Amino acid sequence: MSLTPDDIEKIAHLARLGIDKDALEPLAADLSTMLDLVEQLQAVDTEGVEPMAHPANATLLLRDDVVTETDQRETLQAPAPATQDGYFLVPRVIE
Amino acid sequence: MHDKTLAEQAALLASGELHSSDLVEHYLQRIEQHGEALNAFLAVDADGARRAAAAADEQRKAGNAGPLTGVPIAHKDIFCTTQMPTTCGSRMLQNFVSPYEATVVEKLRTAGLVTLGKANMDEFAMGSSNENSYYGPVANPWQQDRVPGGSSGGSAAIVAARLASAATGTDTGGSIRQPAAYCGITGIKPTYGRVSRYGMIAFASSLDQGGPMAQTAEDCALLLQAMAGHDSRDSTCSPLAVPDFSATLNAELKGLRIGVPQEYFAEGLDDDVARCVNEALAVLEAEGAILKPISLPNQGLCIPAYYVIAPAEASSNLSRFDGVRFGHRCENPQDIDDLYTRSRGEGFGPEVKRRILIGAYALSAGYYDAYYKKAQQVRQLVSDDFSNAFADVDVIAGPTTPTTAFARGAKSDDPVAMYLNDLFTVSANLSGLPALSAPCGFAEGLPVGLQLCAPANQEARLLNVAHRYQSVTDWHRQIPANFA
Repeated sequence: MSLTPDDIEKIAHLARLGIDKDALEPLAADLSTMLDLVEQLQAVDTEGVEPMAHPANATLLLRDDVVTETDQRETLQAPAPATQDGYFLVPRVIE
Repeated sequence: MHDKTLAEQAALLASGELHSSDLVEHYLQRIEQHGEALNAFLAVDADGARRAAAAADEQRKAGNAGPLTGVPIAHKDIFCTTQMPTTCGSRMLQNFVSPYEATVVEKLRTAGLVTLGKANMDEFAMGSSNENSYYGPVANPWQQDRVPGGSSGGSAAIVAARLASAATGTDTGGSIRQPAAYCGITGIKPTYGRVSRYGMIAFASSLDQGGPMAQTAEDCALLLQAMAGHDSRDSTCSPLAVPDFSATLNAELKGLRIGVPQEYFAEGLDDDVARCVNEALAVLEAEGAILKPISLPNQGLCIPAYYVIAPAEASSNLSRFDGVRFGHRCENPQDIDDLYTRSRGEGFGPEVKRRILIGAYALSAGYYDAYYKKAQQVRQLVSDDFSNAFADVDVIAGPTTPTTAFARGAKSDDPVAMYLNDLFTVSANLSGLPALSAPCGFAEGLPVGLQLCAPANQEARLLNVAHRYQSVTDWHRQIPANFA
């Protein structure tokens, strides 16, 4: 399996990941090597094998449905790059 | 003082022969002296450590100290701390100070341990050499042109160079055990769910597990005791009772069945590593254990399955770094898409980008079944291999890594060659099983690690076997010459 710089650009867009133009070619090569590595999986007979999503396949615990958190908006927003009146600021989305 | 193990230091603190303030001052001096050469610390909180040590001594005087009160520790910079930045080795989180504390940090602080600082690591725990840190590589204390392993490379180097009594680490595909092996220390990856992941920055959530790194199995038992246990803030954290890990350390190994997987001793395993591990197995046999050859037929598929699952989970987890709520934000974003794309492009380093891309690809429409689902099915087969093997044996033993620590730069241009470092370690993460690495010899001056793996929730057994081994060997006592 081999990926082209165009493929990388498409995947990068899906992941909203900025990639320099001159990095596309080496990334295509690296990712193709990675895909070659995982290609071995295709040869394995997995007919009827249940996919294992998680080692803790047992039922996970639910905590009691009671309020445990207090309002910590200011503390939690402190690391944000830009906030105003308790909101996170981003560039205009709706024209 | 630094040549003592954590357990020995704890005993001296308890008897009043040693004060935490003196011990902490000693390590701060050592960090001052050696820290720069290794680049193992990303932050040192000298004032905070001195205050905590003084408080620990007060507590001791008042008679309400715990077994670990006053012992100095370093935290991998993946654990959120409120008193120091948490960078995860990334530009994305440069100067980030978490508004909350990781459960592991909170538990160890409550147990009285003194935090010296934060340990360098591969960016977002992605790497096997610590060369992927935005803040520069860490040197291996044994030979400084060698890598310390990764991703908990800073933690391993700190313990090996005796710049702290112990350190925390995390292990997604071998990130505690591989650096422990490369640096000649002991580290355990507990059963998935044994230690809370709350406040531990997520890489691959179904594989990530935190654990202790220290000189000995006895030290790790004390630390794991303080770290483990249910946490309502991590729904995957096990509700099982935590056994007393120290209580069974000395249990006899007579009759213990140790499985030795033939697949671990195949092509690619360095001759000297094989020799050291075989000698270690002979020591365990002399202690009364019974060695049994076993097979893990799907061992060869672990790396391919891992390199689908881990990047897929990472690409999902790391989508939270969007330049909006925390972390790096680009200058003058033109629109929201530009904000996301450039903030992430600038904030993440090359290996993290590779993994996000391969993960996004594996999860994208049309490829999901071929990659992600297939890898999860193979994961089940790998897990079944262990279930089958553990029907006949109590513990599985082998090398932690195929070679000793390699030279810095030797594999940085070839991601796949780097991935093969994890050949023997990823299976425990895929299966969620506890596994430990303990020093078992040297090859050309570099440490070799013995890996032990047990059924789920049997960390006590691993610590027991490693402790018995360390009772009759002294590999764990060796200190690199430059840091004696």
